[in-house]
Amino acid sequence: MFEAVLLTVITAATPLLIAALGELVVERSGVLNLGVEGMMIMGAVVGFAVANQTGSGFLGVIAAVAAGMAMSALFGFLVLVLVTNQVATGLALTILGIGFSGMIGEAFIGVPGLKIPELYIPILSEIPFFGPVFFQQDSIVYISFVLVAAVAYFLFRTRLGLVLRAVGDNHGSAHALGYSVIRIRFSAVLFGGACAGLAGAYMSLAYTPQWVENMTAGRGWIALALVVFSSWLPLRVVVGAYLFGAVSVLNLHAQAVELDIPSQLLSSLPYLATILVLVLISANRRLTLVNTPACLGKPFVPDR
Amino acid sequence: MSDNSLSQNGNSMVQQPRSGKDTLLDARGLTKRFGDILANDRVDLVINKGEIHALLGENGAGKSTLVKMFYGSLEPDGGDILWQGTPVTIGNPAAARELGIGMVFQHFSLFEALSVVENIALALPNPGRMTELAKRIENVSRDYGLPLNPADIVADLPVGIRQRIEIVRCLLQEPQLIIMDEPTSVLTPQEADQLFLTLDRLANEGCAVLYISHRLEEVKRICHHATILRHGQVVRECDPTKETPASLASMMVGADVASVSASEQKPQVGDVRLGLNGLSAKAATPFATALNSISLDLRAGEVVAIAGVAGNGQGELFDAISGEMPVEASMVQVDGKACGKKNITWRRRQNAAFVPEERLGHGAVPGMKLSQNIVLTRHSTGDKLVGNGFVSNAQAGDMEKRIKQNFDVRMSHDDPEARSLSGGNLQKFVVGRELDRKPGVLVVNQPTWGVDAGAAALIRQALIDLAREGSAVLVISQDLDEIFEIADRIAVISRGFLSEAEPAEDMTRERVGLLMAGGAEAQGEVA
Repeated sequence: MFEAVLLTVITAATPLLIAALGELVVERSGVLNLGVEGMMIMGAVVGFAVANQTGSGFLGVIAAVAAGMAMSALFGFLVLVLVTNQVATGLALTILGIGFSGMIGEAFIGVPGLKIPELYIPILSEIPFFGPVFFQQDSIVYISFVLVAAVAYFLFRTRLGLVLRAVGDNHGSAHALGYSVIRIRFSAVLFGGACAGLAGAYMSLAYTPQWVENMTAGRGWIALALVVFSSWLPLRVVVGAYLFGAVSVLNLHAQAVELDIPSQLLSSLPYLATILVLVLISANRRLTLVNTPACLGKPFVPDR
Repeated sequence: MSDNSLSQNGNSMVQQPRSGKDTLLDARGLTKRFGDILANDRVDLVINKGEIHALLGENGAGKSTLVKMFYGSLEPDGGDILWQGTPVTIGNPAAARELGIGMVFQHFSLFEALSVVENIALALPNPGRMTELAKRIENVSRDYGLPLNPADIVADLPVGIRQRIEIVRCLLQEPQLIIMDEPTSVLTPQEADQLFLTLDRLANEGCAVLYISHRLEEVKRICHHATILRHGQVVRECDPTKETPASLASMMVGADVASVSASEQKPQVGDVRLGLNGLSAKAATPFATALNSISLDLRAGEVVAIAGVAGNGQGELFDAISGEMPVEASMVQVDGKACGKKNITWRRRQNAAFVPEERLGHGAVPGMKLSQNIVLTRHSTGDKLVGNGFVSNAQAGDMEKRIKQNFDVRMSHDDPEARSLSGGNLQKFVVGRELDRKPGVLVVNQPTWGVDAGAAALIRQALIDLAREGSAVLVISQDLDEIFEIADRIAVISRGFLSEAEPAEDMTRERVGLLMAGGAEAQGEVA
């Protein structure tokens, strides 16, 4: 029983984890992309459509990643090259993504989906308890595990990661030292888009293998909140994403055992948990301030 | 023909003894244009090895533009740069560093959230392993008398140490030319002395230093040669050791600078107009300074100055006095009325006026016209600017003209947006706006920060005149020359503690320096 619950928790947490990791890198570089929801839903619909047409889940995932990156490239061009307002542009990106995905997806409503297969990792998957939970998952879940380690290593152990954090902390100084602020930020934005697209693909190809309009249901926003929740630290994103996944799964199980609590209240649990955690996190101001990218959301125009 | 090539032909000129040394950098006819403004107009500059070369000029004379071209942050529109005799194009800062040109910035280019070693690694082309770099930093910094702990996070460090990081970062690049933009403006006199020793040692090792400073005393003391810019052109070259600060100042301005008269007439001191009684406040953010039981009686007729290195609680003290940060009611009193919990408008109505440190964004709204900026601080102080809820543009316009005339604010057209004024002119405006009211209590944070000699003299004289008419003036400043010029009494702030305000004639620079370096703190803790 516990094993099964844990499995569903991982499934619920994975799209949040992937999208939040991408956004974390974007925000560490000093860019605030509020368009995560829009990029995710585009990833979901394009991934579903391509998998459905080609019959290949792999191609679907690739297409979803490409769709997320295309959306983020649009955002990056507007925000970094034309220096538009980041908040407004990000919101517009979300609205665009939701509308556009509805249009593309119209033909796929009710069409049976294609689920990417689980990969059983030899030997490891046979470990009692841990095996089924961690090593009998689909490939995107494994990617999310690798992604956590890779992002943490990249940010805090590599020179490029240091440069990225420097750009997010003080773009003026980074420019004065001769780093290309815009190129670094654009790469980060593209990475964020790729992650959001992948998270979207997980929604429509693994979590619930079908297309339903607006199926990401605010997960992009939760991913954004998770980045703040984690105070921009990758390992905390894992904690946040799984905590959130757990709360949303708990909701389903509570309904199944017919607790005498209104289902609406249970469905709102994850969101209440988010608010609660954000309040708790903000109590430790020192930690938040040191990790908060100081240039987050600020426009950069080089003086040349 | 430059003097350098002549000397290589053996025709060494008597009046150019500099040509005997090895030329490191030779700039010829450098020109840079921003729109209609010629920031640098055919500038020639020669820097020799082992020379500390001063670059002098008023605000807007083109000093920063010139050094940015040397450091590759700006591209010249015309002219050539010769590095050790070879023409070079310095396309970006990395190229400059590769040539051996390092820069210590005026506004620090450090990353606050990163550690010392990470900050330094960012500026090196091949930093290697972090642990080894940390060791190198420890060794080099100790060797030059500027000790650093590589693991510290910059945000936790005081400004003096931050500058050390900049300098050590520069040294690790093993530069042949170090450009320093106003390096001593954030240092205590003792810290500045340590810096001069370091510079001397570098010069002896053959490294050249291009030194920008407004402090002519120190230029005279440490520099071997000076180039003076005015309106983007080189107007003079001289040997600063043979000049006086006054003669250097008049070369910069192009006219004699009026000296400020302060202590000739002893002020008639009256009642306490601004009282601070055990003013304490917790630090609002991890990067802020807590105020610790600050007491001060500011009397009618006197100018009291608060000296201190930046970031020791000046901003917090100003916020508490002006009403931006509420404190216990009795902690701040204006003309005997407790107002610690009152807002800034209430205090202004009590005939107090405030000029914050940051003129653009705090003292004035960049995108608003000057007349609108006048309304913002004077809407309820009986200037008839607002009637029946409507703003009188005519009255605001009249006041704008008056302030412009009285304080010599120069502008290209009438009533421009605040952001279009140069720093010095805007400072004259924001100070003039409050002085124009003849307030009973005036609190000014950094009255002449980044303002050239002529404008600074004007502002300082106006502050003294206001006090002599029976007002009380509190000046918070990091500029010791300024403080000794205008203050009747001097107090020092250090880590949120304020020393006893003592008569200026009893104070010396050494004593102020000791108080800055923690003496004020010790005094405050005993009290």
